Amino acid sequence: MLILLLTLELEYGDWLTVRKRFFGKNLKILLGAILVALNIGMAVFAPFLAPYDPYQQDLMHRLQPPVWSDKGTWDHLLGTDNYGRDMLSRLIHGSRISMLVGLSAMLFSGVLGSILGMLAGYLGGRTELVIMRVADAQFALPNILLAILIVASIGGSTLNLILVLGISGWVIYARVAFGLMRSFKERAFVQSVVALGARDTYIIFRHILPHMIPVLTVVSTLQVAQMILRETALSFLGLGVPPPTPTWGNMLAEGRNRLWVAPWIANYSGIAIILVVWGINMLGDGLREHFDPRAKEARK
Amino acid sequence: MEAKNNNLLLEVKDLKTYFYSETGIARAVDDVSLKLCEGETLGIVGESGCGKSVTALSIMQLIPNPPGKIVSGEIHLAGRGDLTRFTEKEMRKIRGNEISMIFQEPMTSLNPVFRIGNQISEAIELHQETTRKAVLDRTIEMLKLVGISSPEKRVRDYPHQLSGGMRQRVMIAMALSCNPRLMLADEPTTALDVTIQAQILDLMNKLKEEVGTSIVLITHNLGVIAEMAQNVSVMYAGVVVENTDVRTLFANPLHPYTVGLLTSIPRADHGAGKKRRLNTIPGIVPSLLNLPVGCRFSDRCSHVHEPCHKWEPPLAYPKNGIETDHSVRCWLHLTPPDEG
Amino acid sequence: MFGYIVRRLMFIPVSLLLVTMAVFFILRATGDPVQLYLGVESTPEQVALLEKRLHLDKPLPVQYLIFLKEVVTGDFGVSLRFDEPALPLVLSRLVATVQLVSVGMLFAVILGVLGGIACAVWKDRPIDFIISSLAVAGQSIPSFWLGIMLISIFAIDLRWLPTSGTGSWKHLILPGVTLSTFLLPNFVLLTRTNFLETMTEQFVTTAKAKGLPQRKVLFKHILRNALNPVVTFLGLQVGRLLGGSIITETIFAWPGVGRLAVGSIFQRDVPVVEATVFLLSIFVILSSLLVDIAHSLIDPRIRIR
Repeated sequence: MLILLLTLELEYGDWLTVRKRFFGKNLKILLGAILVALNIGMAVFAPFLAPYDPYQQDLMHRLQPPVWSDKGTWDHLLGTDNYGRDMLSRLIHGSRISMLVGLSAMLFSGVLGSILGMLAGYLGGRTELVIMRVADAQFALPNILLAILIVASIGGSTLNLILVLGISGWVIYARVAFGLMRSFKERAFVQSVVALGARDTYIIFRHILPHMIPVLTVVSTLQVAQMILRETALSFLGLGVPPPTPTWGNMLAEGRNRLWVAPWIANYSGIAIILVVWGINMLGDGLREHFDPRAKEARK
Repeated sequence: MEAKNNNLLLEVKDLKTYFYSETGIARAVDDVSLKLCEGETLGIVGESGCGKSVTALSIMQLIPNPPGKIVSGEIHLAGRGDLTRFTEKEMRKIRGNEISMIFQEPMTSLNPVFRIGNQISEAIELHQETTRKAVLDRTIEMLKLVGISSPEKRVRDYPHQLSGGMRQRVMIAMALSCNPRLMLADEPTTALDVTIQAQILDLMNKLKEEVGTSIVLITHNLGVIAEMAQNVSVMYAGVVVENTDVRTLFANPLHPYTVGLLTSIPRADHGAGKKRRLNTIPGIVPSLLNLPVGCRFSDRCSHVHEPCHKWEPPLAYPKNGIETDHSVRCWLHLTPPDEG
Repeated sequence: MFGYIVRRLMFIPVSLLLVTMAVFFILRATGDPVQLYLGVESTPEQVALLEKRLHLDKPLPVQYLIFLKEVVTGDFGVSLRFDEPALPLVLSRLVATVQLVSVGMLFAVILGVLGGIACAVWKDRPIDFIISSLAVAGQSIPSFWLGIMLISIFAIDLRWLPTSGTGSWKHLILPGVTLSTFLLPNFVLLTRTNFLETMTEQFVTTAKAKGLPQRKVLFKHILRNALNPVVTFLGLQVGRLLGGSIITETIFAWPGVGRLAVGSIFQRDVPVVEATVFLLSIFVILSSLLVDIAHSLIDPRIRIR
């Protein structure tokens, strides 16, 4: 399967180099969006798509390899895991958690961080000092450590996970929003609205915020990918959603212990993660290039 | 046509430098010929986009390829041959050594992370094999030459620690450090204050004598030309439209563009008493991708007539031109093909 | 310059205070550490003993003051798991982590910068495309998966390298490479972008006009300028590197601080957790200070008078 993917990429690669002028950045958005859409579709329609119940154990058929291997069957396309659960179904359902967690965490940290950053930038003074110092202090601590600490304290569940990830991610939004707000605050168009006597909230939300949307969109897109990766890392360490819930991180952790015996468990969960994250990253990158006012890259 | 009393140092013949892009071919330099004699200052004057900088970069063979390319033409440097035939390696021996170049924006032309002494020494080390001490001495000497006080201390400064005028002096020091025969100066004073401008120009003149370097001075400022150049080539949209010595140019400009340039210089007594608008040349410079048929200046010229739309005039001598070495590219002064 | 360093150093206590305070309260406020550590079968005597040892019998603010006092004297108490003084324990493991982190960072920086330069110099040619795509893909790969894959290929299939643990330089390779992949793609892409931008700067033309050979132009003039944002980025990533080392250490059973921390947090070995957080925070802050100093050495424009 890896080889299939690689071949696909290579073929795409040649086509890309040739048609780069016509697609360039658009291809990124296109490809990324397709992958993301596929994943969201998979997550939403999981119960209909998955051939089996992901929790259903079938100890008679434990550790079966995927269909293209000698002992594989068409019953279980991607094989089974240690408890005889169907890999394909678990992978499909796993996308639900990943998407859910990724998006929610991004929203949480995004809203929290952006508002704090905007406040710090707009009000300045002590507000700025406090908010940005806390941001810096948190930045010094490795996110994973913080996450581990919190999860170990309050236990692992989907909600807690979202909470933890949200806390780990607000800093970057705050920094970006802060910088943007500071640069926009002094601009002429803002000054003129101020001169009209508008209220602060009006100025911030009606006039400045729209200008921040492009950058924040790009950051958010890339952050979703980061969130998914972090979730899988936490799950890998045993701090994510507890088993038997199928998450890609959990599956990866299980797979790690059985590398010799059943490499497909780890492989396919890994590939699933890679594909989704890659799709999101491409989308984010494509969006960034799209919004970038410096058309140096755009015009070849 | 005869060189005044000196030898020909640089001759550019029918130079064409084009830039290839998806939107078309930009003929930045489209048949330009120049001559420079030893000890002389040749001024190239024209608006932004007329090709003067590209000409200078072509002489240095520094046109980025892609997207640009010297399509045809010859560039003869006395005693060395046709530079367009030189390999990159051979060209590197020329650059900084026999021909050097200074640019418009001294702040961005100097590397911000290296000390200025280092940057000057670099050129010296490259072309002259001497000891560390000798290089340092020479660097300090150059700084002194361009009028920077306490050069021993200044050597360790960074570009951002100097003022604009001083940076330009450093650029000049760097350019002259190896005693080049020719210095190309691309708008050297445009980014500087007027008073500093005067200083730098004086410096350049002084150094020309002392070091024995000939100068090609590129500018859009006719005042600078008047002060510095012996001969002038006026460029427009990639070609030379008029070429003569400076006095004749100011006294008897032939090409309508040159006339336009001269009359558009604001004068203190302009329209004395009455409120008058400044003179301008109507229209804008044509896009290099989309030049008018016939004479390039035809859509802005007040003397335009029939042949101007049909054929592009060559750069040639009008009836009395040969004696005064005054060539022009205009059907007003030349005979179009259909008239005898 | 000195003044700047001193000022930076003065900020350390503030950050440390914030961080340790957060950790302190989280550990105590979220469930009883004693119960969590001793488990269900504990006797009341054991509980009382432990409580006394951890000062849990006193009110929270008092506990905090005791804690602060201990911190100043460098005494974090004795590890519950290992029955050794916490601080020296963490320090000894820190050495192993620093080894790993240094190797990882070195890989990332050297390979990343070289890769980025290659992309910039041969822009739009196959090699640029390949390296850039790999870098973009690399950003999407969970590093622990990569680590597992590397073990699978190099240690299990090919048997070239050991699967885990320490010992020889060979043991450093796989963990080092895995760790470097946290940052490597970013370095490649960042270097590439900066290089391309710097290449269009005016002073590059000046350098060429002096007759400098291409190699020198590249590595002397362009590199110093292009590295600028890369160094800034590095300074911000120390925290991430540490986070990455936690995972890497888990995969490769590397006896570093990361593994120690994870185990200690799980088992509520409070002294060790506190000592770890404290030391790690200092480490991160000091490293970013070091990076800033290096940065100002590279770029004289940002030297603070």
